[in-house]
Amino acid sequence: MAMISELQAPPRDRLSRARTLHWALVGLLAVCSLASLQVGATDITLTTLLGKLATGETLGRMERVVLLDIRLPRLALGALVGAALAVSGAAMQGLFRNPLADPGIVGVGAGAGLGAILAIVLGALLPAWAVGTVGNQLVPVAAFLGGWGSTILLYRVSTRGGRTSVATMLLAGIALGALAGALSGILVYIADDTQLRDLTFWGLGSLAGASWAKVLAAGPLIALSLGAALMLGRGLNGLALGEATAAHIGIDVQRMKNIAILAVAGATGAAVAVSGGIGFIGIVVPHLLRLASGPDHRALLLNSALLGASLLILADVIARVVIAPAELPIGIVTAVLGAPVFLWILLRRRGLVDT
Amino acid sequence: MSLHATGIRVRYGHRDALRGVTLHARAGEVMAIVGPNGSGKSTLLGAITGTVPHEGRVMLNGRDVIGQKPWALAAQRAVLPQTSQLAFPFSVIEIVRMGLQSGTAGDRPGVALHALRRVGLDGYADRPFQDLSGGEAQRVMLARVLAQVWAPVAHGQPRWLLLDEPVASLDIAHQLQVMQIARDFADAGGGVIAVMHDLNLSALFADRIAVLADGQCIATGTPREVLTDAMLSRAYGCTLRVSALPTADVPFILPHAATA
Ligand SMILES: Nc1ncnc2c1ncn2[C@@H]1O[C@H](COP(=O)(O)OP(=O)(O)OP(=O)(O)O)[C@@H](O)[C@H]1O
Ligand SMILES: [Mg+2]
Repeated sequence: MAMISELQAPPRDRLSRARTLHWALVGLLAVCSLASLQVGATDITLTTLLGKLATGETLGRMERVVLLDIRLPRLALGALVGAALAVSGAAMQGLFRNPLADPGIVGVGAGAGLGAILAIVLGALLPAWAVGTVGNQLVPVAAFLGGWGSTILLYRVSTRGGRTSVATMLLAGIALGALAGALSGILVYIADDTQLRDLTFWGLGSLAGASWAKVLAAGPLIALSLGAALMLGRGLNGLALGEATAAHIGIDVQRMKNIAILAVAGATGAAVAVSGGIGFIGIVVPHLLRLASGPDHRALLLNSALLGASLLILADVIARVVIAPAELPIGIVTAVLGAPVFLWILLRRRGLVDT
Repeated sequence: MSLHATGIRVRYGHRDALRGVTLHARAGEVMAIVGPNGSGKSTLLGAITGTVPHEGRVMLNGRDVIGQKPWALAAQRAVLPQTSQLAFPFSVIEIVRMGLQSGTAGDRPGVALHALRRVGLDGYADRPFQDLSGGEAQRVMLARVLAQVWAPVAHGQPRWLLLDEPVASLDIAHQLQVMQIARDFADAGGGVIAVMHDLNLSALFADRIAVLADGQCIATGTPREVLTDAMLSRAYGCTLRVSALPTADVPFILPHAATA
């Protein structure tokens, strides 16, 4: 064989460029985080904060509460949810070999929505003592269980003889979504006005209820799921060549599917449970990154986590300031900003979707 | 060392695609599998590579493939599918490198570029795969396969190229180039199994030919043994005239009539 060393690396190595992007995105995340800590009903600017730290002056009680008990958990939750949705989107697009797949494709969205609606409408029927104990955790818990339930159902339906068919999963997901939609419709029909309002806002998503309790409940599951998803890079690359070729180059395709589905159900399920329905992050973020630095999943997944976290934090800042002192549901912000970006991408790069 | 498939049966629904096929390929040889459309050639490769559920046994270098990990198999054999597909806009070099990632002896810097040069695609590294012509795309896939098992012998064991119609959409020069790659791989100690439709190329480059018809292997042997008027009309159901190439001692097939 010819000398291996005589050839240089190709002029443009997109993988190393994508890995450089990691650092730029870490910077973006830092900037968005700082903005999120400063913006809100009480102004706590970084300069005042640094000034106080420099002069040794302690933070006021009010400032400490706002910063530590309100803004910091909200920031953490936003980062977790954004990363969860974006990485889940990238993983599902890789698994379904389709840039239009979104995290909800494994049935999490439909099931979680049904669970949330059930909790909102039927939760009112609970005796007073029960409401006292489960209280406002009822909706997140029901959404989470609903999401997992539907994912497990979809997985069972589309797995035969130890092989999961993603095509079957896609179709069954549509059927399940329709069914969940119909059941939700029935519940909407019997809901009263307050419940309807709750339902609508749940569907639009929000980080307003952020607390350390929610961060602690969702954080470990999201972190674990993302950790698992980030290891799928090479397998998802191979899958772009088809399942047979992926197996031929040494990928355990079924194991990869299992990990991907579990990770996405875990990350998205937890994210939806604590923040409601937040759209477009899962589709737009991986798309933008593929345009910027190519489709290699070994870099795409981590970049998606970073950009997803940054954009969701940014969207939350916008949601807090546009109609201050009131707040916009964050799902509205992500849709208003995300949908045009998405359409623009489709217009510019039709080729991406046709494949 | 060899690749030995014994008693391979494949059923698709109620139809038998393969009815007990036995194939014995030796390292150091190019084996061509020929036969009419639908005779089960791709299915046989699928069974050998484990992507098509089957009955029967496949021994690779003396070990049953069942129970071996996907990455262990990937280090021993690479597979070129009859049709290739690609989701997402990967570049040519990114695709060729996918073959490398099995983390074995082939994983050395520069192998992907050498594989591209080998198939005559120098300078294509950064082109988007989707923009390539059909023949160029097929050669990129061949480069990916070559990169995966770049050294024909690794750790004292032969490696295998399993190629499903490697020259199907190539021009005549590239057909010869690709067959020469297969020949060189075998001469260096590796094993090659190639599904072929071009009988003349098979006669020129293959050490042995297996003829598949209707899910059965009806003949195996050297080109001179297998490529006879009678065998070919039996396999293909048309009349072919076999003569000998004047310059070399290999059969040469001329199409003659559409019916036997
Ligand atoms: N997934 C499948 N489901 C059902 N039948 C199949 C499937 N794949 C192949 N077959 C059938 O099995 C038979 C053998 O197919 P195979 O692809 O192995 O043929 P082949 O010899 O490779 O043909 P060609 O020269 O056209 O590539 C054909 O009749 C085909 O229709
Ligand atoms: Mg075939």
